[in-house]
Amino acid sequence: MANISSPSVADPHEEPSLMARAFKEAFFAGLVSLGLFCLFVGVETYQNINNELVWRMRWGLLAVFVGVAAVGRFLNVAFIRPALDKRKLAKAKSGILDVSEDKGFFHRHFLKIALIALLIYPPVSVMLRGVQGSLLLVDNFGIQILIYVMLAWGLNIVVGLAGLLDLGYVAFYAVGAYSYALLSTHFGLSFWVLLPLAGIFAALWGIILGFPVLRLRGDYLAIVTLAFGEIIRLVLINWTEVTKGTFGISGIAKASIFGIWSFDVGSPSNFAKAFGLPMSSAYYKIFLFYVILLLCMLTAYVTIRLRRMPIGRAWEALREDEIACRSLGINTVTTKLTAFATGAMFGGFAGSFFAARQGFVSPESFVFIESAVILAIVVLGGMGSLTGIAIAAVVMVGGTELLREMNFLKVVFGPEFTPELYRMLIFGLAMVVVMLFKPRGFVGSRAPSAFLHKAKNVSGSFTKEGHG
Amino acid sequence: MSPLLHVKNVETYYGNIRALGGVDVMVEPGEIVCMIGANGAGKSTLMMTICGSPQARTGSVIFDGQDITRMPTHEIARLRIAQSPEGRRIFPRMTVYENLQMGASLDNLKYFNEDIEKIFTLFPRLKERQSQRGGTLSGGEQQMLSIGRALMARPKLLLLDEPSLGLAPLIVKGIFAAIKKLNEEEGLTVFLVEQNAFAALKLSHRGYVMVNGQVTMSGGGRELLANPEVRAAYLEGGHH
Repeated sequence: MANISSPSVADPHEEPSLMARAFKEAFFAGLVSLGLFCLFVGVETYQNINNELVWRMRWGLLAVFVGVAAVGRFLNVAFIRPALDKRKLAKAKSGILDVSEDKGFFHRHFLKIALIALLIYPPVSVMLRGVQGSLLLVDNFGIQILIYVMLAWGLNIVVGLAGLLDLGYVAFYAVGAYSYALLSTHFGLSFWVLLPLAGIFAALWGIILGFPVLRLRGDYLAIVTLAFGEIIRLVLINWTEVTKGTFGISGIAKASIFGIWSFDVGSPSNFAKAFGLPMSSAYYKIFLFYVILLLCMLTAYVTIRLRRMPIGRAWEALREDEIACRSLGINTVTTKLTAFATGAMFGGFAGSFFAARQGFVSPESFVFIESAVILAIVVLGGMGSLTGIAIAAVVMVGGTELLREMNFLKVVFGPEFTPELYRMLIFGLAMVVVMLFKPRGFVGSRAPSAFLHKAKNVSGSFTKEGHG
Repeated sequence: MSPLLHVKNVETYYGNIRALGGVDVMVEPGEIVCMIGANGAGKSTLMMTICGSPQARTGSVIFDGQDITRMPTHEIARLRIAQSPEGRRIFPRMTVYENLQMGASLDNLKYFNEDIEKIFTLFPRLKERQSQRGGTLSGGEQQMLSIGRALMARPKLLLLDEPSLGLAPLIVKGIFAAIKKLNEEEGLTVFLVEQNAFAALKLSHRGYVMVNGQVTMSGGGRELLANPEVRAAYLEGGHH
């Protein structure tokens, strides 16, 4: 075996210099973070009594940030990395790779476990926190995360599969939400009628956006889609006769359980009354949780199916090389348009669900940062990977919601400390960290959609030929 | 017999720059025809013009009796003109197997199992690498994949753009042998563009020489090989 030994680990005489190096690196890490956070964190601007914008330094907070960076770096260099190296070395010396073909039980049944966990999530949270207390868990964590999972999965079709960078995805979310809000308030149509309609409208807008950008790729496409997102938002703000502008549309009808039971308090078929339960808005949220879960499953199912169909393969090929696609007889125009339309459709579904959940829509909900967050989830999760994206959504959205709940931080940083204001900072940090260690996202490797010898995974078009 | 491909007095422009100035090329069914010429002579432009991107400004391209000059690229491909484009253009993140699948998308994989076996016998290396990503293949393997993908479309005419570019001589030999075999055994018509004039002319039934967007010479492969002008310019370390 080749002589693999890293001097800092193998040689005990190197120990003092390791410590010295750790101190040095910690010092520089502190210096760098001081430079970085000096303005972001150190300076606080506020308005004084005369309504003037003035600033003061927050030395304590800055010191905490710098301290975390320096200590973290020190621990990493002095202890964590040598320990990891030692472990790797021991493994290399033993000559046995601890990569086993057999994945663990959890790994193999990950999807089933996740689905069961999601199905029992509302009852469990009711058991843990009571009917009223479960609102927070089901609504803020469950529904909120699942909406983003669905949006990210929808965007994944456009960005992850077809490789068309779309920065204005929130526009389709808005189209779906306003379709439901307007058609429901003006024509009294029910959620279950409007859900597919909202999807169709959004898909139409997807095609309308698709046409002018057919020739664009990469950064140019990104700019145009960004502008498209803003146009939709500005139309929503300024077309006051229809959209009521920034006031938004309120009092949007709730979804019902297929028209049998309703969740309106005054209605005779109220769900809680029908089952003799105490009145609570939690039932509605629990119902919505299952609705969005169903929608997510639909999105995942359609994505997985499409990937194995000619159109899905064409999307992926389009992402790889457009010219090669054309020379293989693939119509890139229809391929791109279907990608835009399919992605937009799921955005529309999510939008109409959002409107039914909130009971209120305004242009405020559809700002650029939403598009950015959805795109960030797709990129962090690993473009094209449904599991990775779901994990990223849980981390990103769940993390944000968690920040709101972290009141104990006020004890550390003082009563004025509002943790959710650090959302974007943490968001950015998380992205940098993930991109450093996992440059292709949480689940970065693309699973092939077809194999020669693994019959069970071969798409339907082969199995017909008796090859499956 | 009418030619399978007839390029008639074609002029192609990039903006205002004329890349092809009245090119005439004819390919009969069952032939291997090559176009040789230096860098920037317009060989690849001719290839792309046959495929409709960019389209010829004047003149016409006739394939199998049909005028394809103004057709979009994907419809030209559907007439069974398959291309192994310049720079190979395989799908790097898709596996070899999936790349070949994409080649068969015209028939919606109807003859896939049959055809892939043929490709694997022609290029056994691809069989070994079938579950590997296209981007991880060596240059020669990528070229094989590019040709294999084009063949999956069951082409009437195979267009090859510089199949020897950047490859070791031994691999070039293998690839050219494969092309010859396809031509002899299945009567596949091949039109290739090459800088490697010696290998290309040896392989081809006929050849054309292109200089500055115009065809300056044509003739049988052996005939051109023996031509002193061609020898001086393209074969004996002449200027490129």
